Amino acid sequence: MLSLYRGYGRVAWVALGLAAFLLVFLALPILKVVFVAFQDPHSGALTLLNFADFFGAALFQASFLNSLYVSGMSVLLATLIAIPLAYYTTRFNFEGAVLIQTLGIIPLIMPPFVGAVAMVLLLGENGSVNLLLDEHFGFTIPFMRGLNGVILVESIHYFPFILINLSAALNNIDRAMEESAQNLGCHGSRLFRRVVFPLAMPGYVAGASLVFIKVFDDIGTPLLLNINNMLAPQAYLRISSIGIADPMGYVISVILVVFSIFSLWVSLLAMRGKDYATVQKGGGGLARRDMRPWEKVVCYAIIIVILLFVLSPHLGLTLLSFGTIWSFSVLPDAYTFDHYLTVFQSAFGYVTNTLLYAGIAAGADVVIGTAIAYIVLRTGLAGRKWLDYIAMGALAVPGVVLGIGYLRTFHDFQVPLVDKPLASWWVIIVVALTIRRLPYALRACMAALQQVSELLEEAAENLGATKARSVRRIVVPLMSGGILAGFITSFATASVELSATIMLVSNESDAPLAAGIYEFMQNAAGRGPGAALGMIAVLIVGLGTYLSHVVIERGKKSREATSIVGEETAT
Amino acid sequence: MNTSEPQTGGVVIENLSLSFGANEVLKGVNLDIAEGEFFAFLGPSGSGKSTLLRAIAGFGPTPKGRILIRGQDIARLPPWKRDVGMVFQSYALWPHMTVRKNVAFGLEERRVPRNQIADRVNAALDMVGLRDLADRRPSQLSGGQQQRIALARTIVVEPKVLLLDEPLSNLDANLRIQMRREIRELQRKLKLTTIFVTHDQEEANTTSDRMAVLDQGVIQQVGAPMDLYDRPRNLFVATFLGTANVIRGGPETVDGRPAFRSAHGALFPLAGDGPHGDARHLVIRPQNVHVAAPGTAPGPDAAGGDTALEGRVDHKEFLGGVVRYGVDVQGDMVLVDDPHSMGHAVFEPGDAVVLSLNPRHMTLLPG
Repeated sequence: MLSLYRGYGRVAWVALGLAAFLLVFLALPILKVVFVAFQDPHSGALTLLNFADFFGAALFQASFLNSLYVSGMSVLLATLIAIPLAYYTTRFNFEGAVLIQTLGIIPLIMPPFVGAVAMVLLLGENGSVNLLLDEHFGFTIPFMRGLNGVILVESIHYFPFILINLSAALNNIDRAMEESAQNLGCHGSRLFRRVVFPLAMPGYVAGASLVFIKVFDDIGTPLLLNINNMLAPQAYLRISSIGIADPMGYVISVILVVFSIFSLWVSLLAMRGKDYATVQKGGGGLARRDMRPWEKVVCYAIIIVILLFVLSPHLGLTLLSFGTIWSFSVLPDAYTFDHYLTVFQSAFGYVTNTLLYAGIAAGADVVIGTAIAYIVLRTGLAGRKWLDYIAMGALAVPGVVLGIGYLRTFHDFQVPLVDKPLASWWVIIVVALTIRRLPYALRACMAALQQVSELLEEAAENLGATKARSVRRIVVPLMSGGILAGFITSFATASVELSATIMLVSNESDAPLAAGIYEFMQNAAGRGPGAALGMIAVLIVGLGTYLSHVVIERGKKSREATSIVGEETAT
Repeated sequence: MNTSEPQTGGVVIENLSLSFGANEVLKGVNLDIAEGEFFAFLGPSGSGKSTLLRAIAGFGPTPKGRILIRGQDIARLPPWKRDVGMVFQSYALWPHMTVRKNVAFGLEERRVPRNQIADRVNAALDMVGLRDLADRRPSQLSGGQQQRIALARTIVVEPKVLLLDEPLSNLDANLRIQMRREIRELQRKLKLTTIFVTHDQEEANTTSDRMAVLDQGVIQQVGAPMDLYDRPRNLFVATFLGTANVIRGGPETVDGRPAFRSAHGALFPLAGDGPHGDARHLVIRPQNVHVAAPGTAPGPDAAGGDTALEGRVDHKEFLGGVVRYGVDVQGDMVLVDDPHSMGHAVFEPGDAVVLSLNPRHMTLLPG
C-alpha cells in the first residue's frame, strides 16, 4: 500500500512529529530514569551499587514488602467485594441489579486520596463508627490502623475494575456452554470448576492485575494516611526532600516500572487467545434463576454493607466539607458554608488551573489519538504500529516515575522567553497529563475509527475529495461521538491526577486541584476547605463520567440505525 | 443535468498486473471497453473482478500496466483526480449527512457554484425518483432507496465512467430484477460507459452489451453474453456459464469423417471436416440434447444429420420448466434437459432411451 501518489507525504511528517513528541516526553525521560538508577551518583559509571544499597536498607526493605502486602491484600479484599456482586447480577434474576451497577460506578468518581482523610474521621481509631461501637459495645475495629487504612481505601476504590471485568466475563459465557456440560453429566461444583471458572478466569485476572498495579503505584492515599514506608511515597519523598540527585528515587522508579510491565504482561497473558466471547446468536449469559426469600435477605444484607463502605468516603467528605469542627465526635459540631467560601475566595485558582490543564491535555490527547489511529489503521506508513506501541507504553509508566523523569531530564532545559527550566514551567504538567491519559484516549479514537467503514472514505475520494478533505468531511465527523467520549474521560481523569503532577508543581499558583487538595489535607485546619475542593473534584469527575456515558449510548443507538454501512463484505 | 453531450469515454486496460504482497491477484489483464458500452466483469469470488474495478477507481495497491480513459493513462493518479464514478456494494452513504448533502458532496468538492449544485442535485434525485426523500438520513431509507441515492450521488458529478461493484447483491430477489432494469435504462439515457461487477451470470447476461469472464486474475474470455454461452473458449467459461456436459476423449476419423471418441467408447460424429487434432473435451449443453423412447422418431432436429446414441436413464430431477435426466451412455453421464409440459412423457430411472445430438451444437476444447 505504500506508494507516493496516495498523498502520504504530509501524513509522514505528522507521523514523524508525533514520534518525536512521544520519544522526547515519554521514552527519553523513562530511559533517563533507568539509566540514572544504574549509574554511580559520583563517578557516573554504570553500577548495581544503588540496587544493593536499596535492598540493604531496612526502610526500603520494609517499603518494598509493605507495597507488595498492601497491593496483594487490596486485590484480595476487592475480589471479596466483587465476587458476590458479580455472582448476583449474572446468575440470578435480581431486581437490585441497578443498585449493583451504581455500586460499581460510585467509587470511580472519587480519587482514592480525596476520600482518605474523610475515611479516617468515619472509620478511624477515634472515628464515628468506633466511637459508637466503643460507647455501646465496648470494642473497636481497627479499620484504618496502619496499612489497613490503605488497603481499605484502595480496595473500596478499585473493586469496580474487578467487578466490571468479572461480570463481563461471566456474561460472555454462553448458556449453551453450561447446558452442554450438564447434558454430558457435569453439574454443581464440578460444572463451576471445570467450565464456568476457567471461562471467567481471564477476565478476572485482567481486572485483578489492573488493581494490583494501581495500588502499587498510588502515592496520594498512603501519604495522606501518613504511611510513608511504601515504595511510591518513598520515591516522592526522596526526590522532594533529598533532591533529584539521590539515586534511591530512581531505583524505586525502576522497580515500579518493572512491576507495571509485569502486571500488564500477566493480564495480556491471561487474555491472549482466551477472548472467550462465547455468546452465540440468541444466547446470552448463564442460566439465571429467581432467588429464594432467604437468599434475597442475605443478598441485600451483603449489598447494603458494601454500599455503606463504598459510600463512606463520599459521606465523610460531604460532612467534612460542611462541618465546622469534627474531632473525637460522631458528627461535626456544627455546619457551615465557610469552607466553600474559602475555596471560592482564595483557592479557586486550583480549579481554574485544573480546567485549563485538563482541558488542554484532553484536547491534545484526542487530536494525537485521532492522528495515531488514522495513521495506524488507514495508511501503509512503515513503522506506523510503533506509534501505537509507544503511546500505549505510557500504561506501564507510573505517574511518579514520569514526574521524576521529567524533573531529571528537563531541569536544565531553559524555555526561551519564559526564562524558566522546562521542568518547573506549568506546561510540563499539561504534557505529563497528556502522556498519562493518551493510552485511554487513543483506544477510544481507535474504536471510533474502526466504526467508520473505509468505504465511506473511498466514496468521498471517488467523488473528488482529497485524502485530507475526506478525513475532515467524512472521517472526523463520524468519529466525533467516540472522540468526544474520549475527551470527556481524559478530561475527568486528568483533572484529579495526583501522582505525576505532585512531582512537577513548582509553585502554588501553578498547582491544579489534586495538588491543592493534597496541600490542604496535610494539616487539620485545611481539611474543611480541602474537602470542599474535593467535592468540586467529585462533581467534575461525576459529571464527566455521566456525560461520556450519555455520548457513548447515543453513539450506540445511531450506529444501530446505520448498521447496513458496516455490513459490507470484502469479496 | 446535462445529458445531451456525454462526457463519457472508453476504457482501455493494457497489461495490468496487481499483487497483494506476494499474492498476484491480476495477471496481465488487457481489455478494450468502448465508449457508451455496458460492460460486465463476471467471475467467482476471488477471481479478481472487484480488485480490477477498484484499480480503475484508484483503490488498493498500485498496479503495473496502464489504464487509459479517453486516451489518458490514469493508473498513477490519486482516486480524486480520476473522474470515474463508483457505486459501492454497501452503497457507502455517509450516515451523518442527509440525502441531499450526500448527493451534493461531489459537486461541492468540484467547487460548483451553489445555485447550480441545488439544481443538479434535484435533477439527479428526480432521475432516480427520490426527490421527496432529500431531507432524510440514509438510515431512514430502505435498501432499494439507498441504492438509488448511491447511484444519484455518483452520476450527479457526470463521471467519464460509471463503476458498479455488485450493486444488487444487498437487495432481495424482486427488487434486484427491478433495479437492474432501472440501471440499464439510466445507462442508456446517459450513454455512460459503465462497468458492472457481478458473480451472477444472469445479472451479467441481462444487463451487459459485452462481458469479461475472470478466473484467478486472468481474463478467460470477452464477448457478448450469448456468444460466450454458445461458444465458450475454455472449460472454465463453459462450466461457469450454466450447465454443460463435458465429455473427455479424443478425435478420431471414422469412414473418412471427423468424429470424437469418448474415453468410455461412445462415438460422436462431428460437423465439417476440419482437423480436430488437439480436442480433448466435447462440450454440449443439456438443452441441445434431445431424449426419446427407443424406436420413436428422433427429436425436432432430425433432418440436420443428428447423431443418435442409445442410453439408459440413471436419474431424474424435475426443475420446473424442464426435466433434467442423467443418461448413462456407455459409461458417460450425459445430462439432458427435456422441456416439461403437462402430459409430456416422463422417463424413469432404468428406462432405455435414445439421445439425439446435433454436431453443430458441440464445442470442442483442447485439454
